[in-house]
Amino acid sequence: MNEILTKSVFFGMFLTLVCYEIGLWVKKKTRLSVANPLLIATLIIIAVLLLFHIDYDNYQNGAKYIQYFLTPATVSLAVPLYRQLELLKKYPKAIIGGIVSGVATAMVSIFLLSLAFGLTHEQYVTLLPKSITTAIGMGVSEKMGGIPALTIAAICITGITGAILAEAVCKLFKIEEPIAKGLAIGTSAHALGTSKAMELGEVEGAMSSLSIVVTGILTVLAVSVFANLI
Amino acid sequence: MKFIRQLSVIMVISFAAELMEFLIPLPIAASVYGLVLMLIGLITKIIPLEKVEGAADFLIEIMPILFVPPTVSLIANAEALKQMLIPLFFISFVTTVLIMVVTGRVTQGIMRHDRKKGEQQ
Repeated sequence: MNEILTKSVFFGMFLTLVCYEIGLWVKKKTRLSVANPLLIATLIIIAVLLLFHIDYDNYQNGAKYIQYFLTPATVSLAVPLYRQLELLKKYPKAIIGGIVSGVATAMVSIFLLSLAFGLTHEQYVTLLPKSITTAIGMGVSEKMGGIPALTIAAICITGITGAILAEAVCKLFKIEEPIAKGLAIGTSAHALGTSKAMELGEVEGAMSSLSIVVTGILTVLAVSVFANLI
Repeated sequence: MKFIRQLSVIMVISFAAELMEFLIPLPIAASVYGLVLMLIGLITKIIPLEKVEGAADFLIEIMPILFVPPTVSLIANAEALKQMLIPLFFISFVTTVLIMVVTGRVTQGIMRHDRKKGEQQ
């Protein structure tokens, strides 16, 4: 029985979808930023695999077909960016200036902290793309010799931190302009932060989602320079 | 059939992107080439928005699910995670706040500077 259960391609797919559904349900019930469906689904799946002594490869055997859609999904991110291009044309200086300063801050601060912690090259490049959307960040980590699974973990922690602290940080540091708020949240905390920005207002949400892709592309370029520093 | 046709456009671009990744000796993932190709296609109107819109929105909606399998591979990287658990949490947390403050203040500064200049003229 165990043999059929774990050798079937549909086992991994089914487990992934059902656990994500549970994650969505918990998120809806609790309305907490920490209750991230991706995080919940991952924890349940890991628990199931360990509890029933199911080989990780058996899970991946089916789950990999889900992962194959990542490239087309990332390509699709061009569509929302295209829809928001008007905004970019309206405030080019403020938007580009803000995002470039954010990406530079990310690179320099991650570099200095990694140096302080004495991280290896592998650990350092794992963290470099931590503020960008998982779709782009995972590829960056893989290409530079990092550990993609840990990059995703760092991206999740970043997104949850950003979503929880966004309002308090904007208030404390007197970031009042809706455009500045949206860019600050999207550049620092990608899609997870954007869901928070959308709660704050329409302009905040649009700016935040615009900055996800722009930050992602600029980070790809910046990482190619910074990756070799450690 | 409309949906399948939209999906084919996205798949063709994904394939072209993987070809680019293979041929261009830069450390850039195929998905980023694909994203830029698609954006250029949309801006130049070679790819009309309505020819990809539906399938693209669907793929973006389900995107978080696509990250579940790679995240589960944490299980295979438990040792590496243990080795950098504290820096991973600390750096992720601190830099997020830092980036948020710098981006927000710089954007706001430029906007207010431009507005003042506009008023003076």
